[in-house]
Amino acid sequence: MKIGNILLSAFRALQRNKMRSFLTMLGIIIGVAAVIAMLAIGQGAEFSVKQQISALGTNVLIIFPGSQATGGIRFGAGSQTTLTEDDAAAIARECPAVAYVSPGSRAGGQVIAGNLNWGTIIEGTGADYLIMRQWNIEYGEYFTELDVKGASKVCILGRTVADNLFPDATPVGQTVRIRNVPFKVIGVLSKKGQNAMGMDQDDVIMAPYTTVLRRLAHFPYLRQILVSAVSPTTIPAAQNQVTELLRMRHKIAPYDTDDFTIRNQADLVETATETTKILTILLASIASVSLLVGGIGIMNIMLVSVTERTREIGIRMSVGARGRDILAQFLIEAMVLSLLGGLIGIGLGVTVSHLISSLAKWPSIITMFSIILSFGFSIVVGIFFGFYPARKAAMLNPIDALRYE
Amino acid sequence: MAEAIVPRPIESGCRIIGISHLSKTYLLGEVEVHALRGLTLDVACGEFVAIMGASGSGKSTFMNILGCLDIPTKGSYYLEDIEVGRLSRDELARIRNRRIGFVFQGFNLLSRTSAIENVELPLLYSALPGKDRHQRAMEALQKVGLGDRVHHYPNQLSGGQQQRVAIARALVNNPAIVLADEPTGNLDSRTSIEIMDIFQQLNEQGITIILVTHELDIAQFARRHITFRDGKIRADRINPNARNATEVLAEMPLGEDDEEDEA
Ligand SMILES: Nc1ncnc2c1ncn2[C@@H]1O[C@H](COP(=O)(O)OP(=O)(O)OP(=O)(O)O)[C@@H](O)[C@H]1O
Ligand SMILES: [Mg+2]
Repeated sequence: MKIGNILLSAFRALQRNKMRSFLTMLGIIIGVAAVIAMLAIGQGAEFSVKQQISALGTNVLIIFPGSQATGGIRFGAGSQTTLTEDDAAAIARECPAVAYVSPGSRAGGQVIAGNLNWGTIIEGTGADYLIMRQWNIEYGEYFTELDVKGASKVCILGRTVADNLFPDATPVGQTVRIRNVPFKVIGVLSKKGQNAMGMDQDDVIMAPYTTVLRRLAHFPYLRQILVSAVSPTTIPAAQNQVTELLRMRHKIAPYDTDDFTIRNQADLVETATETTKILTILLASIASVSLLVGGIGIMNIMLVSVTERTREIGIRMSVGARGRDILAQFLIEAMVLSLLGGLIGIGLGVTVSHLISSLAKWPSIITMFSIILSFGFSIVVGIFFGFYPARKAAMLNPIDALRYE
Repeated sequence: MAEAIVPRPIESGCRIIGISHLSKTYLLGEVEVHALRGLTLDVACGEFVAIMGASGSGKSTFMNILGCLDIPTKGSYYLEDIEVGRLSRDELARIRNRRIGFVFQGFNLLSRTSAIENVELPLLYSALPGKDRHQRAMEALQKVGLGDRVHHYPNQLSGGQQQRVAIARALVNNPAIVLADEPTGNLDSRTSIEIMDIFQQLNEQGITIILVTHELDIAQFARRHITFRDGKIRADRINPNARNATEVLAEMPLGEDDEEDEA
């Protein structure tokens, strides 16, 4: 029997039981869609984490208050009281491997300009922050060391904030009120766009960290200190020097743990990609279990189908169908089910990935690899789970099949 | 009847079926059921044979073996001088496809498949191009007088019409032999004679026909009668006054139940 005829009769047979065929395919559809969506999300996460970390600048070390052991970085932001302005000054003064230091503080709040207002984040930084982050000023200028020392009420607007508060006018030279404190706008940052997590990096206001601490946060401790090493090769030296200095300043006994945490780019990238990779694999393997379940569904239905259609098999054999014709017929039916399911599943998976990334502002990356993987998987599932029922049909004796009630 | 046990000698030179000491034993759990107990018989090319006998005497078992649907427990079966017992499953399938047309009492058509597609079925397994397939199926349906019902589904056809579709399917590959196990068992008498008419016409074209029937009325259209009892041949004789179905039909009054629907 020719392949075209088999395909035709397979489609017919599946058409006869539309609902059943669809439900059987649903297992494969969901499995393939899940694999594709999970891989897309996992790979998106990996990409975004890498992006975000490297966006900080390559030589940069970040010092967080609190020890690693207490999980201070994650939970204690804003409440940890170990990093002071003097610590930052001491690092700048005494660590030869350190090029720039930018203490960090942060406040959130409503910003008012004229009759417009906008809620955003006010990032307190040092004067060298932009150099460290490799970010540029579009108009005006950044604040200076003097502004930091004097806690001047000056600020630089991110592109988004500038567009929303000053849709028509030039912001530089204007005054904005942040939590009722008037700040003079001295510059606008160049557009940086969304970060890979989908967050708008231009929705920010920069101000001297001293001003943010005293006027907005009313909290004397630093949220973090950004430190850049003189060169990539001096990162370990800078890290050692900072550690030693801070341990001394914080009077930590030799066997006690640090009350701060230093992270460098390489560490961050590595641990982050490691985690997201594991996440991706985990997600994909959970999803592939559903593919497996879908395959078992196909086998189940094909077995039912072989039993139901035993007489048909007998009739076909009585007019000359060979075992391999019957085998091909049922195997191809199973494969059509799984292939069709796979195709629909790919469509669904792509749609779902887009939906998730647009709703949750979470990036998703659909690679050819994941499509080929899940599609190939569904073909294998079709062959594997279709073979047993098909063989069962092919091995029937004509007379037994004909007599079957 | 002493003469009955002796196999009838073959007068023409061509032997299409040769069977010797054929037996079939079914095993039902511990119990052996001897459905056939050593049959020996020859059928010449172009014969029209009716097999009769009580229920359970082994007629269907015998037909299934003749049709290569089942295999005997003992004995040999030659079909056109090929020993069937030596053939593989695939070779048996090929013989069913090319040399034998089988007609069942219950029609055995594929439901939800149109008449023409049912008739095309054997051709699907003989690698014939699609165009020829359609034409051959069409011709076969016309032969059995169903040229106007080709796209009907089995459930839209009367019993007699369904049996004609089944006969067309049996004919479509130009078999050497048509086997029919109680082909008229589910039909009224007039429709039965119409079916016999078709068989007689096929027989005139040289196709060997073996059919099983319970009814003497039907058997009278055959030229040879074989009677089974308990898995053995009890009688085997020529029917010298075989009737012509076309003539019988012509004499019959045309009733309104001309093409009665089958339940
Ligand atoms: N698959 C089977 N398993 C066991 N016994 C069987 C099987 N098929 C037939 N038999 C037995 O073999 C014997 C012959 O059966 P068969 O069907 O050949 O009879 P038959 O002459 O066709 O009868 P009928 O006129 O009722 O159709 C019966 O006793 C029957 O019970
Ligand atoms: Mg019978």
